[in-house]
Amino acid sequence: MVGKENPQASQRQVLFQTFLKLHDSVCASARSAARANEDPQMPEDSAARMNLRLLWRPLAFIALLLVLWEIGIRRQPSHLLPGPWGVVGGILDLVHHGLLLKYVVASLFRVTWGFTLAVALAIPLGLAIGWYRRAELALNPILQILRPISPLAWIPIAILWFGVGDLAAVFLIFVGCFFPLMLTAINAVHSVPAVYIHAGRNFGLGSAALVRRILYPAVVPSLIVGLRITLGIAWLVVVAAEMIAVSSGLGFLIVDARNAGNRYDLVVAGMVIIGIIGLLLDFGMQSLQNIRSFRWGYSED
Amino acid sequence: MAQAQPIVAPAVVRTKLSVDRVSVAFERDGKRTEVLRDIDLEVGDGEFVCLLGPSGCGKTTLLNAMAGFLSPSSGAIRVDGETVRGPDPRRIFVFQERGVFPWLTVEGNIGFGLSKLPKTERDPRIAHYIRMVGLQGFEKTYPQELSGGMKQRLEVARALAVNPDMLLLDEPFGALDSITRLGLRAELLRIWEAERKTIIFVTHDIDEAVQLADRVVVMSARPARIQEIVTIDIAHPRDISSPRYLDLRDGIFQQIGLAHKL
Repeated sequence: MVGKENPQASQRQVLFQTFLKLHDSVCASARSAARANEDPQMPEDSAARMNLRLLWRPLAFIALLLVLWEIGIRRQPSHLLPGPWGVVGGILDLVHHGLLLKYVVASLFRVTWGFTLAVALAIPLGLAIGWYRRAELALNPILQILRPISPLAWIPIAILWFGVGDLAAVFLIFVGCFFPLMLTAINAVHSVPAVYIHAGRNFGLGSAALVRRILYPAVVPSLIVGLRITLGIAWLVVVAAEMIAVSSGLGFLIVDARNAGNRYDLVVAGMVIIGIIGLLLDFGMQSLQNIRSFRWGYSED
Repeated sequence: MAQAQPIVAPAVVRTKLSVDRVSVAFERDGKRTEVLRDIDLEVGDGEFVCLLGPSGCGKTTLLNAMAGFLSPSSGAIRVDGETVRGPDPRRIFVFQERGVFPWLTVEGNIGFGLSKLPKTERDPRIAHYIRMVGLQGFEKTYPQELSGGMKQRLEVARALAVNPDMLLLDEPFGALDSITRLGLRAELLRIWEAERKTIIFVTHDIDEAVQLADRVVVMSARPARIQEIVTIDIAHPRDISSPRYLDLRDGIFQQIGLAHKL
């Protein structure tokens, strides 16, 4: 039993590492591309060449891992664990049955709702709490108690309240995102230098204008970082929620593929898809950091 | 424009700012710290006054009280006879740590206090102050991409753009290298001569004070009191090797209790 579990675990590890590397390199190349785009001296093809130079290493590394994986599977054949080709087959299988798009859309749908609701509630609330010292003193202890509760611990309550279905999954994502976002917003307010607030008041701003013209632009960069991290959490939670509360989506795909005939090629295919979409989501959030009026918050000096 | 009269502070000017027996004390952990004790000071309209004293002596606290960011524990500060009760765009504070807004461009920063003006009035005003501080060509640049000296000029321009009566500068050139600092001093004097704002300038640099001010207010260590007020009766541009300059400078050195030989 244990012997069977191990390669699976290490394989997962390998995949995880792969995506981490890919993620880093994509981010790095995006950053340098953004930098290159601004530099009027740098012609476009040279920017493209720079991307290539940054990307070839991680791509080569991924290729190497895939080869090792293939060799490992051939040396110790297992009828359950797929090799890279098996996984490709699994993905094609999903595409053929029209399941890939359907499940991806289902998962993204839940993430979108849960995440958006959390953003809409947690950020204004967090900014207000951060702004009013007394509100924070009153609310902080309860926040600190609720925060460390894993979103997964809410599963029974989610099912009790919302039944088995989309609503329960959306709720879980909401809970998973709400507290980190709120704390991000509170801390973002705290880290606004007093100089900016003073300057705003000096120019005669009232409270509403102070919030709109000073507080808001001053917290945006740290909020974006919080949003990035939280969207990552949302993507983690949706998979877990789908394993229990619903019968569609990528999380469901993974448990279903295992339960219905040990289709480990589909299990790993699901994992690969989850990783790639997670990477794309993070990439999208990160591109917000390149907006010119936000970039001061991420200066490297 | 260029009048032939000598630039020496006139004997009788209208009082712009009066500080009347002001004391400031902070309470922290039940311990009372007295920062300022019985400060009395009158500043004339259009005068350039430097507050000079050792670091941490409370000069900045006094400036903050003048700006209305904190209220004195006792005594009162009046501007044009009106007691200061809070910050006001008629007196703009220029901060020691860069107070420019990093999320706005040079233009956006200078126009920050002008949002109530119609665009047709705002734009020429912004352009005027960009020219005055020599930031042409950097209109769309974000502060992050400017040098320290440029940021400080930008902050002065932002302050001047709202046409305040008074500028309160808190060691504005403290973080800059000495060459940039000299350049900015000359620039500030030029702006002051053009606009004739009342300027209160906090510094711990004796040379800076003697180069710039009409009067230098020498403050003692905490709790700060006014130790002496030195009138610098040298016309601008000042020759910093003239005997009179060196005399005044040495006098302040001694006043602060520093030997002027290292």
